[in-house]
Amino acid sequence: MTLWLMAGLLFTPLAWAVLTLLTDFSRGRLVTWGGILVQVLVSLGLWLTVARDGGFHYGLGGWQAPLGIELRVDGLAVTFVLLTAVVASACGLHAGVYIDPDKPWHRYFWPLFWFLWSGLNVVWLGGDLFNLYVGLELISLSAVGLVALGGKANALRASLRYLLAALLGSLVYLLGVALMYGQFGTLSIAGVVSWLGVHPVPAGSGLALALMVTGLALKTALFPLHRWLPPAHGIARSPVSALLSALVVKASFYMAARLWLELGEPLGNLAAAQLVGLLGSAAVVWGSWLACRQPQLKQVVAYSSVAQIGYLFLLFPLTYSVSESVSLQAQQGITLQVISHALAKAAMFLAAGNLILSAGSNRVDALTGVSRFLPFSLFSFGLAGVSLMSLPPTGGFAAKWLLLQASLGSGQWWWILVMLIGGLLSAAYVFRIYRASFLESAGPDRFYHPARSLEVIPMILALLALGLGLASDQVLSVMALPFEEGGSP
Amino acid sequence: MTSSLLYALAGAILCGIGLFGLLWLSHLLRKLLAFNIMGSGVFLVMVGLPQHQGGPDPVPQALVLTGIVVAIAATALAVVLIRRYFHLSGMTGLEDEPASPERGPE
Repeated sequence: MTLWLMAGLLFTPLAWAVLTLLTDFSRGRLVTWGGILVQVLVSLGLWLTVARDGGFHYGLGGWQAPLGIELRVDGLAVTFVLLTAVVASACGLHAGVYIDPDKPWHRYFWPLFWFLWSGLNVVWLGGDLFNLYVGLELISLSAVGLVALGGKANALRASLRYLLAALLGSLVYLLGVALMYGQFGTLSIAGVVSWLGVHPVPAGSGLALALMVTGLALKTALFPLHRWLPPAHGIARSPVSALLSALVVKASFYMAARLWLELGEPLGNLAAAQLVGLLGSAAVVWGSWLACRQPQLKQVVAYSSVAQIGYLFLLFPLTYSVSESVSLQAQQGITLQVISHALAKAAMFLAAGNLILSAGSNRVDALTGVSRFLPFSLFSFGLAGVSLMSLPPTGGFAAKWLLLQASLGSGQWWWILVMLIGGLLSAAYVFRIYRASFLESAGPDRFYHPARSLEVIPMILALLALGLGLASDQVLSVMALPFEEGGSP
Repeated sequence: MTSSLLYALAGAILCGIGLFGLLWLSHLLRKLLAFNIMGSGVFLVMVGLPQHQGGPDPVPQALVLTGIVVAIAATALAVVLIRRYFHLSGMTGLEDEPASPERGPE
């Protein structure tokens, strides 16, 4: 049973990718709809399996590490697999209607979409450093391709900038992997941890961790390495922006977080942890401030991503040399933040895409009067905004609440100020969009009305982000599932 | 100094040269070449460093082979994008844009 689930999860996306490469846009859409159904069922099946039996290690094709690919299937990984299935299928369904099928190069959306999805699954489940690198490269290359689908010169400029940043980030990460292997003679994270359990910490091995985290921070667009993100996320088609903001940046963050949680205590130090937290805080403040000042709607949402990513890096100081319970709270808070931001930001980008489609312009001031004619998309946008502002009862609130408690519990009160300022500024940029759209314009309805299905999808995602706050206990309980060492399929 | 350490050191220097090129050169093709130099440096470190524990280690060789494939794929994608970008805009660098994508009218 597990064999089929793993095969379904990792290989069928590749099969869909190859299959859609051969077809035109509308046939590709049919294949994708079928594929989405399979992926959602398989992800759900794996999630249920783990919820029932606990996590396990899985050697792909019966080959064990170091030459085989070993996968680590635990509660957190299957939660993210399920999250990916939800967000990616929403974006896929939205894109099927949103993207213009008449432009010939748009048919490449589907293969890139599927390569991206399989790369994401590899990263969530990957257990060794090198396969994580391969998964990450698969994600980056398909994400760059998706950004370039815009076709215009400025889309290509944004995608080239993105590509160079992503390549530099992965090389720095790979250099860290090389040093790590040279030092410890193993690539699996668990192997390094058990090596460190027996031997004393060798001098200079912190450098390897620092390189890996730096490379991943560049790929996650942590301040001040965030400059490539807003152009790329702003210029891409809306379903693509949603995928990039909701899932792609989370993949590299997830790797950095797992490295830190396993190896941060022996190899890291307090100054590094505080520095990363400080950069995250700077991202929150600076990103939100710039989001308030952008003239274009999607740039506002993209800079908001920079800010929301900043919160994630508070994980580093809040889990370094603190008590077990505080660390757990911080991890839970960050996980909820990842999930709620993924849902809310996907909803926001899809809704923004609808608003741009109807207003016919990317600018915020072009939204004047849209509230009277397109209330549904605007409502989804606002609902997602409520989660970003982290007002109760949204998932964003539950996340910030846990982070608040972790900050207080570890005596690092200064992070609370960051969350306060970030919350206020995010309210400012969400209300700025609202203010523009509630201005009354004279004259008749000049707006294009998108298909109803385009409006329903962001609404569902925004409602999920809202509901996450109410169901956070259930979500967290699956993540905390016991992990069976040495379990086999 | 053992020969394997020499490899690793040479790899580190190549990484430095590549990094310098990637950050300071403005022509996109040069940036891409710098990326490849940096990649070679990383691969050299990867193969060179683990050898000093007696005899060559097969695992890094396999990894570098995969890494080369990834680097070729990335280079191919970059070349296609650079070519198309040049055709559309006539520019070979990302700086000095007449209207930056962050501020320009859409």
